[in-house]
Amino acid sequence: MSVGVASARPAALRANVLATLTAGLARRPARAAIRIVACLACIAVWQLASTWRWEVGINFQNIPSPEQVARASVDLLQSPKLFAHIGNSLRRVFAGFGAAAVLGIGFGLVIGRSRLAEDSLLAPLELLRPIPAVAWIPMAILMFASSEVSMIFITFIGAFFPILLNTIHGVETIDRNLVAAARSLGAGRWAIFREVVLPGSLPSVITGLSIGMGTCWFSLVSAEMISGQFGIGYYTWEAYNLQKYPPIVVGMIAIGLLGMGSSALVRAVGTFATPWRRAEQARQR
Amino acid sequence: MSATPSGRIVLDDVGITFGRNGDRVEAVRRISCAIAGGEFVCLLGPSGCGKSTLLNAMAGFVLPTEGSLTLDGEPVLRPGADRGMVFQHHSLFPWKTVLANVEFGLKMRGMSAHERIGLARTFLHAVGLGGFEKHYPAQLSGGMQQRVGIARVLVNNPRVMLMDEPFGALDAQTRLMMQELLLQIWQEVRTTVVFVTHDIDEAIFMADRIVVMTSRPGEVKAELKVNLPRPRSPEMMADAAFVDLKRICLAMVREETLKVMGPLPTSLAALRRSR
Repeated sequence: MSVGVASARPAALRANVLATLTAGLARRPARAAIRIVACLACIAVWQLASTWRWEVGINFQNIPSPEQVARASVDLLQSPKLFAHIGNSLRRVFAGFGAAAVLGIGFGLVIGRSRLAEDSLLAPLELLRPIPAVAWIPMAILMFASSEVSMIFITFIGAFFPILLNTIHGVETIDRNLVAAARSLGAGRWAIFREVVLPGSLPSVITGLSIGMGTCWFSLVSAEMISGQFGIGYYTWEAYNLQKYPPIVVGMIAIGLLGMGSSALVRAVGTFATPWRRAEQARQR
Repeated sequence: MSATPSGRIVLDDVGITFGRNGDRVEAVRRISCAIAGGEFVCLLGPSGCGKSTLLNAMAGFVLPTEGSLTLDGEPVLRPGADRGMVFQHHSLFPWKTVLANVEFGLKMRGMSAHERIGLARTFLHAVGLGGFEKHYPAQLSGGMQQRVGIARVLVNNPRVMLMDEPFGALDAQTRLMMQELLLQIWQEVRTTVVFVTHDIDEAIFMADRIVVMTSRPGEVKAELKVNLPRPRSPEMMADAAFVDLKRICLAMVREETLKVMGPLPTSLAALRRSR
């Protein structure tokens, strides 16, 4: 259960770059200023290192400067291929993520509720779990006729296990008194599943979805580097092959932003779907 | 809401044992006792005496391994809405609003949304929580949460309400208010109440009859009739009848507790003197 549970804390979930930078901007202007200055300083060091071509373990000779990266970003933003790259990547991520969500939540609910399902389904799945999504790439190419499907499969593998394990964890940690209370109020098996198990496991499922979205992007980019025609990972790898170095960094930044945005979307939907959590968190504070 | 012949619980030589061969734990033994319909009975005993186990058997969560347990002549085999349970720690559904929690049993019965909202509101008002319909349980105090728990049971018009130290986690003042509130509502609905507690004052203040249990394995040590008029008021706690009964209960509970704990150690002063 280690994947999700470790990062299941709401505080960790909310911590993204923007939040860190803007946290308490109004209340603690001094700290916010230090954070912004620190980021600017890093970019300045990068600029100096690449213009003066430092060689300090890292070879800055081939590394584009922030200025070149900014220009390449503008190029990409104006390029007609921009939408093809981003659109293809988004489509693959959401197809893989969607399949992982449906199967991960589905299997997770069944495994969490039934001992027979746990013994018969979880054991084989646990055998596959240690294999990272990237290691599936060659096999995925052999398994599917279309490279598109192989790429979606890789993203699916990346997202499936965090979603599955967090769902199982969510179902198994439901307060047994709540199930007892439901039974003593006349709830049957199906009603307990619908009224107690589903909402009770939802916070953990959302944690799994949020982590799964991150691993989805992680796997997609590797998949697109191997086989692809469009896509932001492909764009990055193609730039390397064509020795156009600034677009590599642009690709890296774009992947980061898309991943961050997708995770924020998952969290926003999650917050909307679990209104009672706000009351609980307010109480803990 | 008069409950003609309903709510009579009969325990006949009930024994409950957990576990198998190696580590068997006998929780209760040879319990025979009849609780009349509409009676308020407290199960009193030291911690770990099996009084909660007995309550769980009445709820249908555990089955007696020996003897028989019947409600209005029917054996209790599974949980059901005719025997509502109020737990020690509130077990409201955190994802449901207060109103939706109270509606739950009616929804399970298939009642229309319109009808059940009306009923649920009535019972929320009866426990003094009108206006809190849209709150989530986490937004309420401990006492309010238990009041919702009581409303959630009573809205189903159960034959029996089972209560497992429901006020044990509350502070003394809130607890007394809750006891009065519960008695006031019970005065109107007159369902059978089986109330588990280890608080002697609570038991005497609320009950028609107190069943004192021995330490594990729990057996019936004594059944005491509480001859205090109703409605009860906190001032009665100073009445002679109350104090006499309290003295008897204290002696019995103390005797059972000592069986588990062993005698109290010698005082420090005595130890010093013997040196």
